[in-house]
Order: sequence, then C-alpha cells, then structure tokens
Amino acid sequence: MAILTQAEAKRIIDKALSYAKADETSVSLTGGRTGNIRYARNSVSTSGEADNLALAVTAVFGKRSGTATINELDDASLEKTVRRAEEIAKLAPENPEYMPMLGPQTYLQTNTYAESTAKIDPEFRAKAAFDSIGPCKTKNLTAAGYMEDTTGFTSIGNSKGLFGYNRSTGVDFSITVRTADGLGSGYANPDVNDVTKLSTKAATEVAMSKAVASVNARALEPGKYTVILEPTASVELLQNMMFSMDARNADEGRSFLSKKGGGTRLGEKLFDERVNIITDPMNAELPLSPFGGGGGGGGGAGRFGGGSDGRPQEKVTWVEKGVVKNMPATRFWAEKKGIKAIPPPTGIIMMGGTESLADLIKSTTKGILVTRLWYIRAVDPQTLLYTGLTRDGTFYIENGQIKYPVKNFRFNESPVIMLNNLEALGKPVRAGGHLIPPMKIRDFTFTSLSDAV
Amino acid sequence: MNRRHFNQLLGMGTAGILMPPLPAFSRPVSPEMLLEPGLDVAVKKRLADAAMNAAKSKGATYTDVRIGRYLNQFVVTREDKVQNIVNTESYGVGVRVIADGCWGFAAVVDAKSEADLAKAAEKAVAIAKANAKLMKQPVQLAPQKGYGEVSWKAPIQKNAFEVPIKEKVDLLLSVNNAALKNGANYVNSILFMVNEQKYLATTDGTYADQDIHRIWPLSTVTAIDAKTGKFETRQGLSAPVGMGYEYLQSNPADKITGITTRYNKGYDMLEDITAAAKQARAKHAAKSVEAGKYDLVLDPSHLWLTIHESVGHPLELDRVLGYEANFAGTSFATLDKWQSKSFNYGSKQVNLFADKTQVGSLGAVGYDDEGVQTKRWDLVKDGTLVNYQAIRDQAHIIGENESQGCCYADSWSSVQFQRMANVSLAPGKTPLSVQDMIKDVKKGIYIIGDGSFSIDQQRYNFQFGGQLYYEIKDGQIAGMLKDVAYQSNTQEFWNSCVAVCDEKDYRLGGSFFDGKGQPPQSSAVSHGSSTARFNGVNVINTARKI
Repeated sequence: MAILTQAEAKRIIDKALSYAKADETSVSLTGGRTGNIRYARNSVSTSGEADNLALAVTAVFGKRSGTATINELDDASLEKTVRRAEEIAKLAPENPEYMPMLGPQTYLQTNTYAESTAKIDPEFRAKAAFDSIGPCKTKNLTAAGYMEDTTGFTSIGNSKGLFGYNRSTGVDFSITVRTADGLGSGYANPDVNDVTKLSTKAATEVAMSKAVASVNARALEPGKYTVILEPTASVELLQNMMFSMDARNADEGRSFLSKKGGGTRLGEKLFDERVNIITDPMNAELPLSPFGGGGGGGGGAGRFGGGSDGRPQEKVTWVEKGVVKNMPATRFWAEKKGIKAIPPPTGIIMMGGTESLADLIKSTTKGILVTRLWYIRAVDPQTLLYTGLTRDGTFYIENGQIKYPVKNFRFNESPVIMLNNLEALGKPVRAGGHLIPPMKIRDFTFTSLSDAV
Repeated sequence: MNRRHFNQLLGMGTAGILMPPLPAFSRPVSPEMLLEPGLDVAVKKRLADAAMNAAKSKGATYTDVRIGRYLNQFVVTREDKVQNIVNTESYGVGVRVIADGCWGFAAVVDAKSEADLAKAAEKAVAIAKANAKLMKQPVQLAPQKGYGEVSWKAPIQKNAFEVPIKEKVDLLLSVNNAALKNGANYVNSILFMVNEQKYLATTDGTYADQDIHRIWPLSTVTAIDAKTGKFETRQGLSAPVGMGYEYLQSNPADKITGITTRYNKGYDMLEDITAAAKQARAKHAAKSVEAGKYDLVLDPSHLWLTIHESVGHPLELDRVLGYEANFAGTSFATLDKWQSKSFNYGSKQVNLFADKTQVGSLGAVGYDDEGVQTKRWDLVKDGTLVNYQAIRDQAHIIGENESQGCCYADSWSSVQFQRMANVSLAPGKTPLSVQDMIKDVKKGIYIIGDGSFSIDQQRYNFQFGGQLYYEIKDGQIAGMLKDVAYQSNTQEFWNSCVAVCDEKDYRLGGSFFDGKGQPPQSSAVSHGSSTARFNGVNVINTARKI
C-alpha cells in the first residue's frame, strides 16, 4: 500500500523542488488505497481495490501556470515532470487573478487516521457484506448495500518553504433494505473514520426495521407539516446552503447572501437564534485535514481553481445565534475586498442540544418523521429553494408516537426558511461527512405525493 | 450525481468547483499530445490476445479486454478571463472474465507489455473464483457472434483537438463580450471536448477499434436588477453532441426560428448568448406564473431531460431488477407490467425507442463494451410498454436471445455494466408544426431549455423547470412567465400527450455526465424529440421570500 511517511514524502517533494526553475513551484504528493464491495438482491455484485500514488507539479511564470503529473518517483521522472510543468506553464494564458503561493504555514495536528481502517482487506469487506446480507435473508428481506474504505496521505510543498503532511482514513457504508413485496424500504448510512465504530449488522438492522415498518403506507394530503428530519435527511440541504456562501458571489449580487441595493448580508440575522454552525478540524468526532491539498498557485484558489491552495484549516464560526458571521473567499477576492481569505467549509458542525431522536418524537403532537431526502435539486438560487423527495422510511407521528407509515412526498423548501421555522434540535451525529443534529421544523412544505417505495 | 456537480460549474456558487468529472487516472498533457496517435491496432491485438490467453489458461470461460485511451480538453472562461484550460489523457487496460460462473475484473494503468496484460487477466480470474463462493447463480451470457477485426469511427468533419486553443479562447471571449454588451452582468462559458479511443477484444472473436468524439459548448448569463436585488439567469440552448468542431459552425438550415432561435446540428453560440443576455434581463419584468393546470408545449431542448428521467432510467433492466436499489433506485416499470403487454405507458401518440446508432448522438457507437453491434429497438409502441434496455447477462430475463448492446464503462479502469441507450420520442406521423400546435392551445405554457429536475427513486413523481417560459392564451403567445415548475407522475404525464410535431422539428438534447453505479460512473446519452403537447399538467409557482 502506497502510504508514505512524512519524512519519505518530504524527501521526494524537496527533490522535485530542487529541479525547479520557474518563478514559483508547488508539488503535491498523494497516495493510498480505496477498496469497495457492492451487493444487491442479497448477493455481492462487485468488489474491488485500487492503490494510487501520484505526484503533481505546478510551475508558475508570472501569472502563467502549468501542471504535470507522474506516478513514478525516481529522480529522473521527478525532473522530467518538473520540466513538463514548466513547458506547459510557458504556453498557458495569463491568469489575471493569479495569487502568489503561500510561504510556510503552521498547521494544526488533527487526528484523521485510524489504523483499524487502514488494515481493511478483501476478507473484511466480504464479512461486512455478509453481516448485512445474512440478517436480511433470514427475515425474507432484500439487501442492497455499498461499503467503500479509503486510506491515504496527502503531502504538499512549495518553493517558498510551505510544507504539510496528513494521513487519513474513512469508511462510507450505506444500506437499503426492501421487503420482498416491494412495499417497504429502509435506509441507513453511518459515517466514520475508524471502522471499529462501524457495525454493518447494526446499521442493517436499522434499515430492516424501517423497511418492515414502512409497508402499507397511507396517503396524506400534501401541505405544510411539522417534520422531524433525521441528520441523513437534512444534511444535503444544509451542505448545499453552506456551499452557497461564497463572498464573491454575494458581492456580485448573485447569492442568497446578496443584499438589495448592493453588498452582502454578513452580520444579518438570517436564521432562528438557536442556529449555530461552525467548522473545526480539531473536533474529536469529526477530525479533518489541517490543510487543503494542492500546495499553492492557481488563481488564489488552487491548482484547478478549487479551494485547495495550502491555506490552514482553522475553527470558523459561520453562523452564530442565527447571524451570518463569516463567508468563504478566494485569496484573490479577499485581497481585493480587504477581507480574511477563509477557505470554503468542509465538515460542517451544526450545534444542537442533548435530546435524542426518540426524545424529539416524544415531544411531537402531530408531525412527520423523515429518514432521508433524495434527488435534491436547486429550483431558485436566489432563495435557495430546493426540491426533492422523502425516501426509505416516512412516518406519521401523533401524540409522541409513530402511528403509521406515510407515502413519500415531494418537497419544495429553502434551508433558509427551514432554519427560521425551527422547533427543536437534538444531539448532533455524523452524516455525510458532517455533524448534524436531528431537527424538528414546523411548516415544512410538501407539494405532492409520490407512489415510490 | 456527476451531472449535477458539473452543472454547478455554470450556476451559482462556482467559486470552489471548476473540475468536471474526468475518467480515472487522467493526467494533464499538452494540447499537442491529444493529437498523437495511440497504439497501433496490431499492437493492441497482440496485447489483448496475451490477456485472453492468460485468462483461458487460468480457467476463464469468457474474457473481454478493453484497451482505452481517453482524451479530454476543456476551456473555462468568465467575462474577459480564461479561468482554466485543461488537457488530459488516461490510458490503461481493463480485463473482465467469467471463471467458475462468476464475473471478475482487473485493470492496469499504462499497460504496455503482454506481461502486464497477462498479470491483469490472472488477477481478474482470481477475483472471479473468490467471488464465485458467494454467488447465487452462475452468469448466463447471451450468445454473441464474433465480428473479427472491425472498426468504427464517429462520422465527424473536424476533430476538435485539431482546432488551436487560441481559436477556442477567442470564440468564448467574444461570446462573453456579446453577453456583456447585451445586458448581462456576468457570463460563464465553457467548451468541453472528449475523444474516446477504445479497443475491445472478446473471446467470441471480436476485435473492435473505435473512435468516439463528443463536444459541448455551454454558457450561463446572469442579469442583476440592482433596484430589487434580484438576479436572473439563462443558460445556452446548445446540446452536447457526438460531433466534432463542426457543431460550432453556424448553418442557417440548422436554426429553428420562432419566439427564440433554437439549434439542430449546428450551434451559433454568439447569436444564442446575445439572445440569452436579453432574455435574462427580460425575465425580471416577466409575470410570475399563477399556479394551476396548464397545457404544456415542450420544446426538444427541454423535453429531452423529461424523457431521460421518466423513460430512459425506469426502463433500464438493472434498475427494474433491483441492482441499483441502494443508490439510483428501482423502477415502477416492473416485469409484470411488461409481461401484461397492455401497460399504458403513454397515449397512442407516444412511441419511444432506444437507438445506439443515431448519427451525431452521444451514445452512438458501432459496438458496445461487450462486443454487441448496436441497433435501434422499440421501448413503448403506440403507448404500450414493449421492452427494456439490457446487456448480455440480462437478455434471458426478458426472453431475448441476444443483447441490445447497452453495455458501457466510463473508463478502462471501470467495470462495464448496463447503461442507458439514446432514448427518444418518435416524431408525429402526421404533419404538424409548432405554430399549428400552439394555435389550438387555450391556456398553456411553452417551455424551452432544461432547468431544475428531480424525480423519485422509482420514477413516478417528477418536477421540472426550464430556461424560458411563455404563456399561451387562446392560441397566441402572450408574454414571458417566470417562477414556473411542473409536477406530474410519469404514466399520467405520458398519457396526457395529445400531439407530437412532425419530423421536421426533431432535434437531439442530451446529458454529458449521467451518473449511475457505486462507485459512480458517468455516461453520455442523447434524447431526441419533436415539440410535444401535454394537456392539463400541474404547474407550481416557485417564488419565495427569505
């Protein structure tokens, strides 16, 4: 497996930089292993494993940059790749928004690596699938699932002395269980770095109980309902909102954060005062890389224009007591506007309370429990109106109890409106790479019914 | 899914994402390298034979070898700036085998020697044998005759990679300039070009060398009203196509004039962006739609996406069978509905067909990724469901003794599986123009261009938006509308189809990045139609205040 140590990575990056003749040069070195197993109809359909090791060099002359990559790391290959990047750079058009590379940075020490995950092998994956398929077969249910594990490292360096190294692991597991008659469907999608925290059997049992409980769903009239959104349901809406906070778009007048007559809504109270959203690479439950990959260059925004230019990831408060406190900006835009160049959010943490999902249900007179929202698409970027559907377990709640399953709904709702109609927040859990509380929302807008199970 | 992420390139919040999905293992190269020839066909045959022989000696009963060279170029601009130019190449080999009745697959990057190929083949056999222990039923592969050494080339006139980058940059910057001059505050435009050089060898005796080209010019203009603080956008009305650079040569015969100009096999980007800028500005003054039932007149630049989501996907056999249950979902179009021979998918006017041979389409190839010669077949005939889209190991499930040629992998490193063919609505058999269609509509909306799209996991309930909406009152276009989206149910919607314009109006739309599978793979697919009318569809108003 191609996991290099910090010392090995530094030696190779320094060697590559020693060949550089451009005004500025950055190198990124990434490697690792991805493995997966996929099953459907209670049988494994595909499984695979791939190793990867790649070095990318970005050379810059003035405001022209070029990138070349290689997966052989001998000295001759390194030199050839540096020369190639320089040739490409000389032919590239000038990027008027190019920002000089960053100098040495101080990065936090985060803990994104778990040895247990790094040790996953094909037998482990087969057992994970077996633990999920087995219980379903016994109960005459049908499992379809997917597990993907990644173990890797990223190291960055540049000719101005910047250097960073980080190892990380991750496991993504999702399971859909359907009843034999196709009338019930359930889902679970736990999210961990450390595979010892994952039980595919336990996750499958959650999906199994939702599948069985969702059979013979009744139709309710579409309209405005109090909903309890499980974190797997709300996560994508919240993520979409957080990824739409870019300062430049807001300044340019084409964002939900643009203000009538010009300027942005920074400092305005846009949400219920219980809404607090941060990112924090040091969070013990959701550790993140201390830097973006890439190593510098680009339009102040990384090699390919992404947010990966080696800026340190720090704790950022995005929304405090419902007030917009910070917006991400490229280095180019930050300099132009005289604001701090905060990288875009990764690993969103929405603060919550101490109540469990069960507690939220118990305190609900009338409402709908939503397991998952699906096929979410933007309808209006101005208001962040999204549409999509409930899926894999939608239930009617009355007097603190789940009464019966209901047919799936299509919704048309904006997370901004949703976070103003907040009733209660539970204890945050990991979902889709974020830390999100279950939430109770009033007047959530369902616009039509779906026959889909 | 991939396509959505790519669409974000053009929409709001583009600051962080400027990399569209590229084939695995893509590496940056110079533009000149995109014109270098790949391996000679004799070398490819020798390599493929080495893999097939090695697999056979280890006990494989079937082997296919895909030697792929995937070339991509994209040019990204906004206003007066080039934001990004990327040229990439991905080369490697994927070997798929059946051993002990089970599939196995292994891939190798930069494979150059017979030994590399033999090693991959042996690994694929080992994986097949390991997986066979967990298998429920052995693979049942539909028989397929070998075609010998054959080749297929997309019938392009001008390889887009031969056009100097400067010419492409100049085009996009002139397009952007035209947008800004005509009322746009901001404009993004992109040119995306793909060349797949694919060689497939199978133990059935096919050695197919194929050269596939795709191009997609795309753009979005934004017009801001400082007074109200509102912004409106309009995306270009181009289609991604299986053509060369000739798609960007404007040709009067390919223009469909009317309330706005639409394009067939040649796209006038400058003319369209000029209209887009004016229309984005005009949207600010457009009337907000009153929710209710309307007769919809849907242009092919819009209808392609509704066909894709509500016909293309639900009639993929792997979805019907449950193989996609954990991700993309299953399908309402279950086998019993097909077996009944009387399931009314749509009205009598509705004829939907799959076709992997349509010239200029994104899905056109000579042979699919398991050596089946491509063809055209009916899916819905006179409104009745008659068939699905299947591959060799599924054909027996629907009583076919040969595959329909729907097998595709997005890279040499991905395992091939069932993907959507070009699925299209056949034009009406009696002469009917768009003008004549609109003349009969009392209360309707004419929708042009694709917009927001969402459909449930079994493909019943959907919601679609567009780029341009025009109110139809008593047979006349009464003005522009905004805040429009329609919601319907697939069967109800296609049964509300009362008329389809004739073949003179037939055009292709399509998706460059349709996503499916875990890990996800993207594929490109076209959908053709003439303008069609659907009666009494539910329209909602999407305006909100935050």
